[in-house]
Amino acid sequence: MICQECNQRPATLHFTNFSNGEKTEMHLCERCAQEKGEMFMMNNGPGFAINSLLAGLLNMEPAFPEQKKEAYQAEQVLQCPQCSMTFPQFVKVGRFGCATCYDAFREQLTPIIRRLHSGNFIHNGKIPKRIGGDLHLRKTIDDLKLSLKNLILQEEFEKAAETRDQIRELERKLTAGQEGGE
Amino acid sequence: MSLEKFISQAVSSWMSDDGPDSDIVLSSRIRFARNLDEYNFPTLFTNGEAEAVIGTIMERVSNTPIQNVGQLEMIKMDDIPPLQKRVLVEKHIISPNLAENSIHGACLLSENEEISIMINEEDHIRIQCLFPGFQLSEALKAANEIDDWLEEHVNYAFDEKFGYLTSCPTNVGTGLRASVMMHLPGLVLTQQMNRIVPAINQLGLVVRGIYGEGSEALGNIFQISNQITLGKSEEDIVEDLKSVVSQIISQERSAREALAKTSNIQLEDRVFRSYGTLANSRIIETKEAARCLSDLRLGIDMGYIKNISKSILNELMILTQPGFLQQYAGGPLRPDERDIRRAALIRERLKMESKEESGG
Ligand SMILES: [Zn+2]
Ligand SMILES: [Zn+2]
Repeated sequence: MICQECNQRPATLHFTNFSNGEKTEMHLCERCAQEKGEMFMMNNGPGFAINSLLAGLLNMEPAFPEQKKEAYQAEQVLQCPQCSMTFPQFVKVGRFGCATCYDAFREQLTPIIRRLHSGNFIHNGKIPKRIGGDLHLRKTIDDLKLSLKNLILQEEFEKAAETRDQIRELERKLTAGQEGGE
Repeated sequence: MSLEKFISQAVSSWMSDDGPDSDIVLSSRIRFARNLDEYNFPTLFTNGEAEAVIGTIMERVSNTPIQNVGQLEMIKMDDIPPLQKRVLVEKHIISPNLAENSIHGACLLSENEEISIMINEEDHIRIQCLFPGFQLSEALKAANEIDDWLEEHVNYAFDEKFGYLTSCPTNVGTGLRASVMMHLPGLVLTQQMNRIVPAINQLGLVVRGIYGEGSEALGNIFQISNQITLGKSEEDIVEDLKSVVSQIISQERSAREALAKTSNIQLEDRVFRSYGTLANSRIIETKEAARCLSDLRLGIDMGYIKNISKSILNELMILTQPGFLQQYAGGPLRPDERDIRRAALIRERLKMESKEESGG
């Protein structure tokens, strides 16, 4: 069966929706389903519930068969200590119960997040100024360490020494901040 | 109420003001999704938590004004009638979800309606900046200022690895949705959209019609937005969208030029027929109105029609929706009654243009 949205890719996801006693069916490829999910999220369209769409996406993990097995085993017990949402509940509703859920489901979540964000799973944007605190500092240190590596590879030892001192200085700041702050 | 007064009250600055490239880009929007770390997300939170979220934000707002924004008005969903909610949805100020499904949902609105902060929607906080024309970077800057101002006193749910934590995993990371609303009659008339939409999708962007259902785009108005929110910086997300939008703008411009060259008289005929329909019909459905308004706007942009303001498309696409028609009528209307009202409102609005012309 071909995707009814793009008429190009094969339809791998099939949705049935009952509203007002009427049955509607939708056959979509993965990409179109993801876009539809997005659209319904923004629109809150009454037709196909985003939850079932997203649940379809979350459940469908042919690209990660091993994780899936793991996730399945973990599903039996995995529960957020803060809001009590379980991992299967999350998969079903497609929404987290609280911020702690991300921590509680972290391992199972990473492949899902990658899938939803074109392979990305690490935030690379804004860091809140106040609570971000030493995160800014640590990011800078990481960046410097990377350039230190490169400098050594390029045999720019004088510059490398400078960078190393810079890193030490920042790391001192970081420890001082942690001791003073907590 | 007179129509002039009704319109002047109904129109937000993004609908009436001119912005860069506003012949094609009607508006630019930035949205940030944020949550407070001490409460459950709206998926699960209790009434008490919902009230506490509002309280926390109210406290922030009443204590220190945001620079360059002025007063923000708090509108609580529990306090306003359904019709007024519908009007706010039709103006793109709040989402249907906030209007219909939220627990203690609220919205903080700036006077010019460029800034709205939805509270207790899918996330605790949704900061939205809606600017006229092609002004994504400007809108991002404004949204960042509000975000920083809120963050000074409010603890956001943030994870070192996942970024800003949101109810839905599709928004995690930056929580940023950047979008533009584009009027693309040239690309539609030259039947290029079928080719362009998949190309845009390939670049990780989502295209959809904002008016109308399914894949149709009433009024040839399309929304283009980023799909992924994690792994790229806010600036990169916006820059990537901007570069695609710029390309679409130039393609739309060439399509219009080509139309003028190859079928000038046919296009002029189409524009003036639509103008005639809008100026004279007594019954008009949403679809026909949207098609004619798009033609009229194209006619204005291409110089066939003078003395009608460009904002007419924006304004009337919004004002002829069911909520607004009923608000203007002062009560509920059946669909067939709406079609009559819609025709009357459009006729009168066009008359206002000719009055302004002879008066000024
Ligand atoms: Zn498809
Ligand atoms: Zn939780």
